Amino acid sequence: MNALKKMSNASNRFAKKWAEFIIKRKWFVLIATFILTMGLGSQGNMEFDGDYHVFFSESNPELEAFDALQDKYTKDDNVLLVLSPANKNIFTKENLAAIEELTAESWNTPFSSRVDAVTNFQHTSAVEDDLYVDDLSYESSLKTDSEINDIREKALKEPLLVNRILNEEGSITAINITVKLPGIDSAKEIPEVTAFVRNMVSDFKEKHPNFEIHSSGLVPLNTAFFESSMNDLALTLIMLIIVIVVTFVLTRNIYSTIATFFVVIFSIISAVGFVGLMGIKLTPPSSVFPTMILTLAVADSIHILVTMLQKMRKEGLNKIEALTESVRLNFMPVLITSLTTVIGFLTMNFGEVPPFWDLGNITAFGMTMAFIFSTTTLPALMAIFPVKTKAIKEQTKPKKNGYTLLGEFVIKQPVRLTIISIVIIGGLTFLATKNTFNDEFINYFDESVTFRSDTDYISENLTGIYNIEFSIGSGESGGINNPQYLQKLNEFENWLNEQPEVVHVNAFSEVARRVNRSMHGDDEYFYKVPDNREEAAQYLLLYELSLPFGLDLNNQINVDKSESRVTVTLKNLDSPDMIAFSEKVEKWLVDNTPPEMHAIAVSPMLMFSKLGFRQAESMLKGNIIALILISLVLMLALRSFKLGMLSIIPNVTPVLIGFGFWALYKAQINTGMVIVFGMTLGIIVDDTVHFMSKFIRARRELGYTAKEAVVYAFETVGKALVTTTIVLIAGFAVLSTSSFALNSYMARITVIIITAALIIDFILLPSLLILTSKKDINE
Amino acid sequence: MKKIIITSIAIALFGTVNAQTSEARGIEIAKAAEKADEGFISSIVELKMTLKNKNGQTSERLLTTKTLELTADGDKSLIVFKSPKDVKGTSTLTFTHKVGSDDQWLYLPSIKRVKRISSNNKSGPFVGSEFAYEDLSSQEIEKYTYKFVEEKGNLLTVEQDPVDPKSGYTKRLVTYNKDKGYRFEKVEFYDRKNSLLKTLTYSNYKQYKNKYWRAGVFTMVNHQSNKETVLNFSDYNFESNLTEEDFSQAALKRAGK
Repeated sequence: MNALKKMSNASNRFAKKWAEFIIKRKWFVLIATFILTMGLGSQGNMEFDGDYHVFFSESNPELEAFDALQDKYTKDDNVLLVLSPANKNIFTKENLAAIEELTAESWNTPFSSRVDAVTNFQHTSAVEDDLYVDDLSYESSLKTDSEINDIREKALKEPLLVNRILNEEGSITAINITVKLPGIDSAKEIPEVTAFVRNMVSDFKEKHPNFEIHSSGLVPLNTAFFESSMNDLALTLIMLIIVIVVTFVLTRNIYSTIATFFVVIFSIISAVGFVGLMGIKLTPPSSVFPTMILTLAVADSIHILVTMLQKMRKEGLNKIEALTESVRLNFMPVLITSLTTVIGFLTMNFGEVPPFWDLGNITAFGMTMAFIFSTTTLPALMAIFPVKTKAIKEQTKPKKNGYTLLGEFVIKQPVRLTIISIVIIGGLTFLATKNTFNDEFINYFDESVTFRSDTDYISENLTGIYNIEFSIGSGESGGINNPQYLQKLNEFENWLNEQPEVVHVNAFSEVARRVNRSMHGDDEYFYKVPDNREEAAQYLLLYELSLPFGLDLNNQINVDKSESRVTVTLKNLDSPDMIAFSEKVEKWLVDNTPPEMHAIAVSPMLMFSKLGFRQAESMLKGNIIALILISLVLMLALRSFKLGMLSIIPNVTPVLIGFGFWALYKAQINTGMVIVFGMTLGIIVDDTVHFMSKFIRARRELGYTAKEAVVYAFETVGKALVTTTIVLIAGFAVLSTSSFALNSYMARITVIIITAALIIDFILLPSLLILTSKKDINE
Repeated sequence: MKKIIITSIAIALFGTVNAQTSEARGIEIAKAAEKADEGFISSIVELKMTLKNKNGQTSERLLTTKTLELTADGDKSLIVFKSPKDVKGTSTLTFTHKVGSDDQWLYLPSIKRVKRISSNNKSGPFVGSEFAYEDLSSQEIEKYTYKFVEEKGNLLTVEQDPVDPKSGYTKRLVTYNKDKGYRFEKVEFYDRKNSLLKTLTYSNYKQYKNKYWRAGVFTMVNHQSNKETVLNFSDYNFESNLTEEDFSQAALKRAGK
């Protein structure tokens, strides 16, 4: 007897004693676990955080660069309200007056610092030596038709307005509300802004039913994150119903269903307590934790209950005997599968994206608690409940069922099945490399989400939603007025405008040109940057003196006037194109400007574009560690180095298959999908453990040949594997209905991976077991 | 029933009476402050303006300000920029008016011309600082409506609501020191959505000619952007005897040279 076997016997004895203790002290155990759950639950606190910043760790270099830019100028988030009047003409007295009214009201938005609209655009004009700077349309209701016509002409010629605030036809316009969120508690600040804006918009629509209003921007994005967290949390209820139905169908026993219900509810309450204790704020990825825990925790209970009921029904044991025996038999497998699942979820901590750390940690905690409750509360409850079943003695020998037939089918042709499997897996692995990363955050939301449909409308009809920004330095204090700098900046602006990806460019050189023209009696010839530094500086001083509250240039030039901000609005680009474009721009600056003007592109969109890559890079290490740890657990559990190594094949290939199919389905993967390797590894390994342990038992204890052992494994665990897979698929199918792509795509690929895992465990794994056995043992 | 009606009328009356007194008291304090500062005729002062952003990066501007006191209409002022170098000599001439928008001219030495700024905008930042032009211009009584808020020792707080619809503020809370010639100690500015935007504190006060209190340092903190601007005044001169001629367009051109 080797040491491992001794250990195994020890664990067997421990499990038996455990079961006896639990059953004897059933009331004590029940009350103790109840108090533990309530204790944890009382610490529970579910708060949501919708700020898009939560997706970035503090050391994220793109976030650091973006924060640095915002510190230099102004830190803003925005709400973009897009107004489409029914008559398709902004420039009527009524419509302009309505826009003016909404603009005025927009200033009352909480935390607002600036409101840009067509009406309050600061128009400069010159008459001899008088410089006029004023709202483009003030007190519009008093304007005459010819004045309105004038305003229309000016507006449609204004490069700062067209394609940003106004479309080329003058039929759609926007009001951009800039807010400076204090960032002390984004869980409160963002809803405050949203509530105000929604209220304002609905009041406006009531008063002006001829306007259609769409909204987008960073605040609505944050709100959409916030709301999808809550929607996804609501999926828990659907999953709970599924769990109850599945448990009832599988066990055909009301008491087992109730006991399972308590185990999963206790697990979730404990996890909620963990959320509160750790001060975690829920985000869309982490808000799916209850569904995850439900899906994964129910398997533990089902294993224990099915064995117990089987012992009662088929072997005619009494309730207590059956329960003890079931706990004894299942203690180790449930412990091992829980352990691998916990390891899988904990690997999410290796990633770059904080919401997934939370998801991993909460679920890992929930699964640990699920293990505890499955081995305490569950047997205690079953000992208390008056469970009765009729022993069915008719079936002396079960007829060959589907699983046996499948087993016999496999053992006939292990070589052929192995080759076919390898070919299919090889092909799909090749396809898997064809996936590209895409974290276009607008596409995180499906068309059922208003944020998505509104944003789509805006990008089709008015302006781009994506942008990138640069802080272009001049290398000296006051240097933005240096003619060489202005000239280069102007070239940069022109070059950007020529790029097909670009919708709009906002650069300081435009201000310099405009003011220069006004200083020369509105002569178009002077619509160019000034060629004398003193002139440029003094014009700027004059211009700045004439701007009103909130419409200053502080968001565009730094205090030292040594750098200016360039904002490039872009068409909807996917992440690879976004990254390629920003690199192209950075390269242009290097090739065409002096070193002090070189700058890197920053923006929230760019941060998301690179998020997938960062996550994948950082998760690689975590995945390798998970694979090693889980393989080690398997080697110990199976007490075989060789089989532990062999298990890597059925554990790794489902992921390759999953991503291979994904290449045929979407071919674009997001940050949420990067975590599936570690996560599914911890889940699908259970199938392998169950199948291989039955195979080994048949070989070692019953002395079967490899082929007989395979058939034995099919007969004993085939059904269990199918049923747990069905539960898992149901759970992830529920999650795949989420309107939020980080969750729904992750769930969809997990469904593929789990299905693939079952097929591989039924086809490739047994074939390999037979083939590798042949080499060691001559039959 | 009758009782209720009488009580409510009484409350209503009391309410209005109270409101009237607070308004009257507010304007009374503002007038007292104006009176206490009356008769300085003219002054010249050197000013260093330091702009600071959230990261502590700073930027400086040096200016000279001349002011001429007028009683019939608002004061006249002339500001000359001495630095940064590229705006050296740029000067502004402002005639504040008790009613209606102010007149403003700018002399640009680079093109040697005077430009008139025809804008109602007085609420924007002054040369990129946290001071709006309206914070720095002459404090004419007619530009606000008043409401007395509280008295704490020698400090009186009055709410002032700007009359100009284009003002960037809904109100400002001004704290006067009644023992020190009603000088300003602190002003809190509330933006259009009525949330606290900026606080201006006055320090290093000195009394000139035994009457006129002038602060040596103005510190303006923007609570929303966390930016800050400090004004340091030095070399106050009340003996310059400036006249209307020193505040003409010709004088503006001369000042910039």
